[in-house]
Amino acid sequence: MVEAIQSPAHATYWLIQGRLLFLIIYLLGAACFSYIVARRLQPLFRGERDFRLDQPFRRLGRVLQFWLGQWKHPRYRMAGTIHLLIFAGFLILATRAFSVLALGVSDGFVIPGLSGKTGHIYGIVADYASTVVFFCMVVAAIRRLAFKPERYAVPARYGKGHSADAIFLLALIAILMAADSLFEASQAAGLWQQGQTTEFLPVLSLPWMLNKALLSTSLPKLQSLHLGAYLIHDLTFFFLLCYRPFGIQFHVETSLFSVFFAKLERGNLKPVRWGIPDEHLDQVKSFGVKTFEDFTWKHMLDFYSCADCGRCSDNCPSNAAGRPLSPRFLTIKARDYAFQHYPMFGSAKNGQALVGNVYSEDEIWSCTTCGACEEECPLLVEYIDKIVDLRRGLVDEGNVPQSVQKPLKALESRGNPYGKMTKKRADWASAGKFGPACRVKVLNGESASTLYFVDSITSYDDRIQAIGQATAKILHHVGEDFGILGAAEKDSGHEVRRFGEETLFRALRDHNTQAIHDSGARHIVTSDPHAYNALKHDYKDVPPVEHISQVIAREVKSGRIKFHPAKNDKVYTYHDPCYLGRHNQIYDDPRNVLDAIPGLKRVEMRRSRDRSFCCGGGGLMLFYEPKEEERIGVKRVRMAAEAGANVIVTACPFCMVNLEDAIKVAGLEGKMTAIDLAELTDQQIVRESQRHKEVAWRF
Amino acid sequence: MEILVCVKRVLDTSENEIELDREGTGIELDEAVYSINEPDNYAVEEALQIVSRLGGKVTVVTVGGEDDEEVLRREMAMGVHQGALLSDAAFSGSDAKGIATILKSFVEKGAYDLILTGVQADDGGAQVGGMLAAMLDYPFASLVNSIEVLFGGKLKISREIEGGNREINEIELPCVLSIQTGINEPRYVGMRGIRAVASVPIPTYGASELQIGSGTVGSLAAKVKRLDYVVPTLAKGAEMLDGSREENVERVTELIAAKGGLR
Repeated sequence: MVEAIQSPAHATYWLIQGRLLFLIIYLLGAACFSYIVARRLQPLFRGERDFRLDQPFRRLGRVLQFWLGQWKHPRYRMAGTIHLLIFAGFLILATRAFSVLALGVSDGFVIPGLSGKTGHIYGIVADYASTVVFFCMVVAAIRRLAFKPERYAVPARYGKGHSADAIFLLALIAILMAADSLFEASQAAGLWQQGQTTEFLPVLSLPWMLNKALLSTSLPKLQSLHLGAYLIHDLTFFFLLCYRPFGIQFHVETSLFSVFFAKLERGNLKPVRWGIPDEHLDQVKSFGVKTFEDFTWKHMLDFYSCADCGRCSDNCPSNAAGRPLSPRFLTIKARDYAFQHYPMFGSAKNGQALVGNVYSEDEIWSCTTCGACEEECPLLVEYIDKIVDLRRGLVDEGNVPQSVQKPLKALESRGNPYGKMTKKRADWASAGKFGPACRVKVLNGESASTLYFVDSITSYDDRIQAIGQATAKILHHVGEDFGILGAAEKDSGHEVRRFGEETLFRALRDHNTQAIHDSGARHIVTSDPHAYNALKHDYKDVPPVEHISQVIAREVKSGRIKFHPAKNDKVYTYHDPCYLGRHNQIYDDPRNVLDAIPGLKRVEMRRSRDRSFCCGGGGLMLFYEPKEEERIGVKRVRMAAEAGANVIVTACPFCMVNLEDAIKVAGLEGKMTAIDLAELTDQQIVRESQRHKEVAWRF
Repeated sequence: MEILVCVKRVLDTSENEIELDREGTGIELDEAVYSINEPDNYAVEEALQIVSRLGGKVTVVTVGGEDDEEVLRREMAMGVHQGALLSDAAFSGSDAKGIATILKSFVEKGAYDLILTGVQADDGGAQVGGMLAAMLDYPFASLVNSIEVLFGGKLKISREIEGGNREINEIELPCVLSIQTGINEPRYVGMRGIRAVASVPIPTYGASELQIGSGTVGSLAAKVKRLDYVVPTLAKGAEMLDGSREENVERVTELIAAKGGLR
């Protein structure tokens, strides 16, 4: 029997036998791709060390969740769904792509196991998959061109837009899908015209549609369509393969590795240099990232994996406030640098300082380390570690904003950023009416099982001392045997570390660790999420630490804390502090406490829980004067107003400072107030004496 | 260019709550925090920036005791090449002229093209720089807020004049300049930097090494003596405005205009 339609392997293209032509294309394509990838990997071998092979099973689990399961994608409903469909399509079509390519060199090739019934079913699924991917390309292109989601826009200072490149890539994929379908459909049409049995084409799939359109096309025409489609398919396939490493589509190859090697813990920071023990740190010549090669290989891989989706910057409070920082472009600029300095041909040019050339100093200092970008990134790209590493480099060179130098020096000499006397650190505990009403032990000679770690702002700031006093009263109420370190306490150093001053942080940490051990306490409570995060993730060998909101929630549950009903018609909203929420996943405890207050009306802001919007940043960030259009905090209180709230409850002293300021700046004074969860608890708590009275009255 | 910067360790006024001692002629030094005199730090930064452009070496010098070594180390951590401590029991109690005499002897031991001081010390009177220049017979310019090195051993400098004006001068090297804050942005010095220079030796020079005769320095030679120290009492100077926002704005505008703040 004569073949109705000649197969590409047996056909002749411009006097060359198909089989030979395709073999050459494949070998060339594979060689090019290997060469390109090898060049792309070059900087990774020059990068810093980074240990990412621990807990392999947990890492595999994350690959299943975030890569295969596309866990973060539905956070953006429309784009996420499209991506999910394309990703699923690609996974399904990988096998088909392989067998179609194989047809070019081996006629009638069938992947073992995919013959017979299984093969038919797979064929149907693959036909639908390519159809779905094709139409996703169309929808994605329409979104890009007609709807122009704001987060894809490229501000002028970052160069020209990325849409042309995006559309080009979408078109390539669409061509690939169409060519594959046409290849299949033309063959089916030819066979049908000859009255031979054809492969079943599923209804409404792309091959089915093309087949219907081609039924009356002449056989020779079908033959050239069949062979032409095949050639186009193969050329597109290899072009796309080799083009991807030059842009955002490289994530198709790198994402699996990025996700596998992604950071496992939250709230902590990478060491200054991986594999260098603390005691040898002083011998390290240079701290932090100064040139591109100071990034770790994993951080470089992140630059390749970024898909330019803009979700990070869409959620970044600094970006929203008009500060000169966009996490998206932090990555894009680094990738452009890598592409430029590690070219495809010729030798690499390295050693150029990043800050001053690629990044501006303000850009690096603008980050509040709130973690919104990392929470959102579908590819688990890390930002905070990179920012802190860049800051470490700046600090090492002496490049610290003038306004932050004073507080840093005060932290060194006095253990607090305000330059206040050490001996006055515990003054808040004996001040005014509070002192006699609630005795707070200073664990210097006296002992207690629980240590209340107060930290600098709560110790010294007039307004915030009230949060410390409320915390002490709550601990008192629940019968906790507690005390404070007093003058022996120094700043936790949480912000010092995040501002890149690792050496000073270590001095503060070592001092506090010793003081905590000397106090004999077996348990630590703090009302400051920054101190909480430091003690939990930055310190080693200290007793377990709890935030006061956890204590309150527990005691509400146990019944030791009971609340008076809220006697007002105010509407409350809870603002998640970044270092309690995102970095430590404490979202429910504070909300449970609020909901335990009878009659309290609570609403959620548009951005809450893991999408909470930073207040503007704590610690040293309060001393930094960023260039911005509008304060981050002002944006936040506007969100509270939008939600219909007139009381913002938070659980962090820095949030309190920023939000109270922002209320004034936004002109909402008198219409909106901010209160700390501990203060609210203290206000509403039913005290012993009152409880007795109530009981007596009831009987 | 060889640059010498004269620095001083002072009580950090921003970090201390100044309380008088029992005699009332001095300050309670319990828990006091010291630091480099701020304008001196700007002078060091300027010197470092000049040598990073033109090459050369920066030396810092201070008159004092063992405790004062701390500020020399801090400046060395900034990148200063050499520190020198001028210390002798005979120096104690020197007035400004005495200090200038000691510095002059040190300057004569070296070969400096440019000598910088801070515009004044937090606890001082802006005297030493000028006196030192006179003793050395060098030209002197005060309140300098920019330096440009010209060819032929000359500098183009600008001096801060009241009201934000500037005067541009040409001055011949070698010379002494007193540096105003704001001339640059001094680099940050962290613990790490200080640790790195912790074991670099700092030579100490006494009266005999500097060939300073007794009777020219120290308390006996001092012709200016401190009698008393007065800390201003906190007065209730605040006026609270409790009108509406518009009224307050109007009132504040009036008050500022009345004090000449608005034209």
